Amino acid sequence: MFDTHKITKSMGTGRKGQADSSLQAGATLQNRYLIQGVLGVGGMGSVYRARDMRFPNVTKIVAVKEILNLVGDPSMREMIIKTFEREANTLATLDHPAIPKIYDYFNQGDRSFLVQEFIEGKDLEYHLNDTAGMVSEEQVIEWALQLCDVLAYLHDHKPEPIIFRDMKPSNVMLDHHNRIRLIDFGIARPFQSGQKGTMIGTEGYSPPEQYRGEASPAGDIYALGATLHHLLTKQDPRIEPPFSFAERPLRKTNPDVSSELEAIINTALNYSPSDRFANAKAMKEALISLRRARTGMLTGRVGQAAPPPVSGPAGTPTLSAPPNASANQAAYAPAVSTKPPTGPKASEVTPVWSFRCEDELRGSPAYANGVIYIGAYDNNLYAVTAPEGKLNWKYATDGGLPGWPTVHQDLIFIGSEDRRIHAISAKNGKMQWTYHTDAPVRSSPRIAEGHLFVGSDDGYLHAVNVMTSRRAWRSQAIGPVRCRPTVYQERVFFGCEEGEFYCVDLSGEQKWKFKAKRAITSSPLYYNGNVYFGAMDGMIYALDAKSNWAVWRVRTNKPIISSPAIEGHLLFIGSADNFLYAIDIRNGREAWKYETGGQVTSSPAVNKGVVYVGSVDGCVYALDIQNGKLRWKFRSDGPITSSPVIANDIVYVGSTDHHLYALTA
Amino acid sequence: MPNFLDTLKQLFGGGKPPTGPMPKRDPDATVPLPDLPTAPRILDVHKITVDETPRRLTIGVAQDVGRVRGHNEDVLLVFTGELAGLEAMPHFGMFVVADGMGGHSLGERASGVAARTVAREAINSVLPWLLSDAQADVERPTLKEVMEHAMEVANRTVNNSVPEGGTTLTCAIIIGEQLVLSHVGDSRAYIISQDSFEQVTRDHSLVQRLQELGQLSPAEAAVHPQRNVLYRAVGQGEGLEVDVDSRRLAPGTMLLLCSDGLWGLVPDDKLIDIIRKAPSLQVACENMVAAANAAGGPDNITAVLVRLPQ
Repeated sequence: MFDTHKITKSMGTGRKGQADSSLQAGATLQNRYLIQGVLGVGGMGSVYRARDMRFPNVTKIVAVKEILNLVGDPSMREMIIKTFEREANTLATLDHPAIPKIYDYFNQGDRSFLVQEFIEGKDLEYHLNDTAGMVSEEQVIEWALQLCDVLAYLHDHKPEPIIFRDMKPSNVMLDHHNRIRLIDFGIARPFQSGQKGTMIGTEGYSPPEQYRGEASPAGDIYALGATLHHLLTKQDPRIEPPFSFAERPLRKTNPDVSSELEAIINTALNYSPSDRFANAKAMKEALISLRRARTGMLTGRVGQAAPPPVSGPAGTPTLSAPPNASANQAAYAPAVSTKPPTGPKASEVTPVWSFRCEDELRGSPAYANGVIYIGAYDNNLYAVTAPEGKLNWKYATDGGLPGWPTVHQDLIFIGSEDRRIHAISAKNGKMQWTYHTDAPVRSSPRIAEGHLFVGSDDGYLHAVNVMTSRRAWRSQAIGPVRCRPTVYQERVFFGCEEGEFYCVDLSGEQKWKFKAKRAITSSPLYYNGNVYFGAMDGMIYALDAKSNWAVWRVRTNKPIISSPAIEGHLLFIGSADNFLYAIDIRNGREAWKYETGGQVTSSPAVNKGVVYVGSVDGCVYALDIQNGKLRWKFRSDGPITSSPVIANDIVYVGSTDHHLYALTA
Repeated sequence: MPNFLDTLKQLFGGGKPPTGPMPKRDPDATVPLPDLPTAPRILDVHKITVDETPRRLTIGVAQDVGRVRGHNEDVLLVFTGELAGLEAMPHFGMFVVADGMGGHSLGERASGVAARTVAREAINSVLPWLLSDAQADVERPTLKEVMEHAMEVANRTVNNSVPEGGTTLTCAIIIGEQLVLSHVGDSRAYIISQDSFEQVTRDHSLVQRLQELGQLSPAEAAVHPQRNVLYRAVGQGEGLEVDVDSRRLAPGTMLLLCSDGLWGLVPDDKLIDIIRKAPSLQVACENMVAAANAAGGPDNITAVLVRLPQ
């Protein structure tokens, strides 16, 4: 927990002299105000409790606010004092129950003083720190209504609106009647001199436009929103990144807050003043509607559906979008008229064509020259025309075909659980050669440098000459090799089922290895100096390809079989925890994640700003790569473990419902 | 002033030694153009040709108190390691720039403690592995975890030993071609390659946030009275959030770390021009510091420049 008071403390040295110059108890100002003690020390001077000796027979206590005027230039000093006197005069004419009375002001030496009503009580910051747990929504709404009321009074002041400028919990007193009193008007502002040097701490409650020198009623509304956010979350905005309220949704910290109140506060906190409430009165009315609706619910309007959460139904991306003005306007309206969830209903697509095989399609398709190749659990490799979905040929092996086919020139290569790699003519589906390993082949081949690299359950990575089908070498792992190896610049990368990951050169000599905690079935991806893969330990790894240093790793909640895809700075990978993850490859941070209805063992594919992936819930999802928003989904009749492939804006994917589908991207 | 990108291209212009007639000189240059810093330099010394291109990380550093401040609250730290031969180790480098704050001697103490602590923790976590021949059998932390841990220890140490002080902290670790940066505050790291001059750290400053929200233009931010206000710094309590980023550095790429006393005073195109015209990284750093002083030198100035071998 942060020390919330630390940052409000001076980092520099300037205050020391001021504190030393505080008036001592017993001192008298103007032969009238007998100082009894210090109520607080602010940036501009102290606030004292004093007794007004003009009333000798009763004890009249006042608050005396001291403002040090240390400006050196005499004409500047004079101007500051004039401004102070003008503002004091304005304040003295105000008449509102939440505004303390101004009794007197005067200048003395290097200080100005303002004498005002003494309010017994505690400020809201103190109250907040003193409250165990969260302050109730009802309570905050009551305070907010009173604050809106006093802001409306100030903003309606003629001839000029009065801008409070410094709404924050510590400037709001709570008197003994639980009534709000505003203290510390921005009267001392002209006294502030610019500070130099790097320093820490921001106002936290101030609106962005205030830093351009703009002070307006809309700025007070923002600061009120920031104050309410602080009161409801206990997150001090002075120690959070400035203007980060949208990144810290209220209800994420405090789920007890209603979505309607969150929407009202979000509206007040919009960056652009024109997107906030038009005035404090409008905000007050929204709060009154909310209170009325809440009271109505309490008296039992049975059968009324609970209003929808603002953050949307489960299954939408968890990364929250910045608040959108119009959405918020619409969202707080349901406080009185509940309406069904407004999340956009993603369109479900119908396939361009589908092709039925004789058994489940668990493996993934490959595309080459207008033909889709995919292995089925009936042991057949199917060649299907991409435009129409017509069978060209099928080729039978003696085992299941769980992997990707690989196309190289006129040959299709695929590993089979019959322990062999099959090389098949693309033209007619005739076998060209087979290569035997000592165990089922569940790995998918990779072609580079005239060789085919593929793993086998026999615990080796095999390098096979594509032309002669002769083995060049094999490299031993400590377990079955089921991933698809990747080759980059004379280096071959692959993992095995015992959790080791290897880098070998093109002669099969091991350069380095790395150990994950569980099996590596996910196929590695080389990208810009790093290799990326998932593992059954639930981790996504980023390894330096030259050394074996892990640059970062990211934990998901279930094993990973899915293989990564990368587009721009984002890596996409599925996990058995049902999510598709988008990770920033520069820092291993989650950019977004999308929850499907089942395990995501399918490997994502990216095309033109959209990422496609299958899920065991039977659907193919098309998601916006930037934010994980659902573009469309397609429901098949069986779990999808197959990885989509995209060609000419058509997505091809197999399903365990025996069908190969072609979907418009 | 030559075009910025042209300047970059010239800077990385060629790996080839000059042949034939001398290359045409920049007519605007006020000093004779030195040899391109990244090109192998062929010296005719007693008719023996010497290739001066180093096979290691090359470094330049410079620091100055500036022309206004009475004392220096900036810190720079450089550690490099090379092991060539059969059992070669990847190039290793650890670089830190920290800019302290807090008045009296608090700022310089905070930045000094932070830099020493973060370097000690990171080097302790990395160097033994680089120098051992141990393979994958023992689990090592990831480089991101190394840097996060080192920053956390540095933050804790500053909190305890200089409770009233604070500091920015920008650290770079280079292993081979892998760069990992950890960063808090408004000191900066830039990656300078053939066709780009990229700021890779994000200032944790009020004006940066305002720019991201479209509330300030870069020009307004540069003169904003609160441009020195940070919202994140080392030594401000527990739970420090740190930015950690990794990049692959192509051969010949340069990395610049600097405090706001440099980047706040000297614009990017001027920095790149200085780097191009300098005969060495060391001279480049000294000239950058001189440029910041020439612009008034209101703050302490620190620059560290690193170049990967070609």
